[in-house]
Amino acid sequence: MIETRGLRKSFRARKGTVEAVRGVDLTVQAGEIFGFLGPNGAGKTTTLRMLATLIVPDGGDATIAGADLRRSPGEVRRRIGYVAQGGSTWDTVTAREELVLQARLYGIGKAQARQRAVKAIEGFQLGEFADRKCQTYSGGQRRRVDIALGIIHSPQVVFLDEPTTGLDPQSRAHLWDEVRRLRAEGMTVFLTTHYLEEADALCDRVAIIDYGQLVAEGTPDALKREVAGDVVTVGLNGAAPRAAQLLDGQPYVRQLEPIDQGLRLYVDAGATAIPHILRTLDGAGLSLGSIELHRPSLDDVFLTKTGRSLREE
Amino acid sequence: MKLLRDIWLIFQRQMTLVLRNPVWVIVGIIQPLYYLLLFAPLLKKALTQAGAHTDADVYRLFVPGILVMLAIFGTFFVGFALIAELRAGVIERSRVTPVSRLALLLGRSLRDVVSLLVQCLIITLLSIPFGLKARLGDMLLAYLLLGLIALMLSALSYGIALKLRSEDALAPLLNTVGQPILLLSGILLPLALAPGWLQGIARWNPFSWAVDAARALFDGHPGDASVWKALIILGVLTIASVTWTARSFARSIR
Repeated sequence: MIETRGLRKSFRARKGTVEAVRGVDLTVQAGEIFGFLGPNGAGKTTTLRMLATLIVPDGGDATIAGADLRRSPGEVRRRIGYVAQGGSTWDTVTAREELVLQARLYGIGKAQARQRAVKAIEGFQLGEFADRKCQTYSGGQRRRVDIALGIIHSPQVVFLDEPTTGLDPQSRAHLWDEVRRLRAEGMTVFLTTHYLEEADALCDRVAIIDYGQLVAEGTPDALKREVAGDVVTVGLNGAAPRAAQLLDGQPYVRQLEPIDQGLRLYVDAGATAIPHILRTLDGAGLSLGSIELHRPSLDDVFLTKTGRSLREE
Repeated sequence: MKLLRDIWLIFQRQMTLVLRNPVWVIVGIIQPLYYLLLFAPLLKKALTQAGAHTDADVYRLFVPGILVMLAIFGTFFVGFALIAELRAGVIERSRVTPVSRLALLLGRSLRDVVSLLVQCLIITLLSIPFGLKARLGDMLLAYLLLGLIALMLSALSYGIALKLRSEDALAPLLNTVGQPILLLSGILLPLALAPGWLQGIARWNPFSWAVDAARALFDGHPGDASVWKALIILGVLTIASVTWTARSFARSIR
């Protein structure tokens, strides 16, 4: 549904040029929710805006819903929907008026545009406030209206730029349901996020971008498996350096890193590694505060791929 | 056909926004009324030299000037609204649709022209009790002139706003350009009263031609040379300004 080859974009800044996107190759399948993950400034939004025809790539090619991005951006526009990060409505008009206008901007006739607005209001449960002015909406209501506007013309692909940023947990969960509903209706969803839980819970596949380049791509599960089987966190009261010496180089430890008051160990299989760890530490007479096993998160993926934690951003 | 439909859609939405927030329309009418009621009476003596002997003469000289001033200052600052729209994200929302880029500009400018002409009509009607007389044909020609000024300056203002993208930069720029245009247009007082060197400079101000033409029309002289000269000068400038802005619209928000 989306295929990009060597997509590039740089911007002129005060200090020379900034290469925001440095050759991105992506494949997004029809009907999936694709998450584009990365810290702020990694090139997520720039890539998204290129795909949505808002900025022109410096290099590379892309095909979106069968239309060539560089040769026929007009055709791409007809087949995609785009929902910006910062909202998109006038304050003094109502959601219904906005929906009708948006449909008409896509060339849809007046009567049919009204029908589509009615359907969208039903689908996104906007009925309660659809005839009030947009300036009265809450953040979550506003975001639902934005998404309804983005898909009013039933596009094949919809781009969502950080759809849940700034929403409270309840609105976020509600929005996830909306996004899943879009997929159920046959739409391909391409969204950016810097929330790992979101990518993990919502997306069929994710790509991780850092400094304008892809560092990983796959299903959340496959990525997690690829990084390291499991993560064991050991709480050690002050004995961490000594324990690190002992455990480093053990065959069942893939990777090891010190954390506050302990160690984080990446192992192939946690269940069999834990007895080994206990025995080694016990044999050296080190007192163990706690031991914890957890499956790796996308944050662990990010950490191993880039050497930084996404949460530090 | 698509272009016209798109212009109509954008125009309708922009008109809705104006009508929902009529404060600016009302301010736009009240301000020139201040000039009519509080300033014009002062002019009677000053204007005897320029050939005004009765109240009606004064208003015949002053009303066209006020209308041109309204056309200049009512439309030259519309760029601020565009910057607000850029910030609100509504421009970006339009840009991802296949809507004509030219329509995004012309729909807005058309709104500016229409709301200006409505204001001008109200001022004209309110001036009739003060003794203003004019023929319908001459009026229409004068309104064409005013419409051209409005279209030219609103397009120019949008073009500049797109380049600057910040109110802080736009305000001083528009003021710096706007003030001398007003002072050298002979709006407040006819330039016939000005010293020779000032008249020389004012000849290069297209709006002083517009004011002369509007005065000739309100005086019932549509054949006056200033009329066709002003129409040609403003017509050319309007085409230039719309072309430039349309290009920069298409390039920066393609």
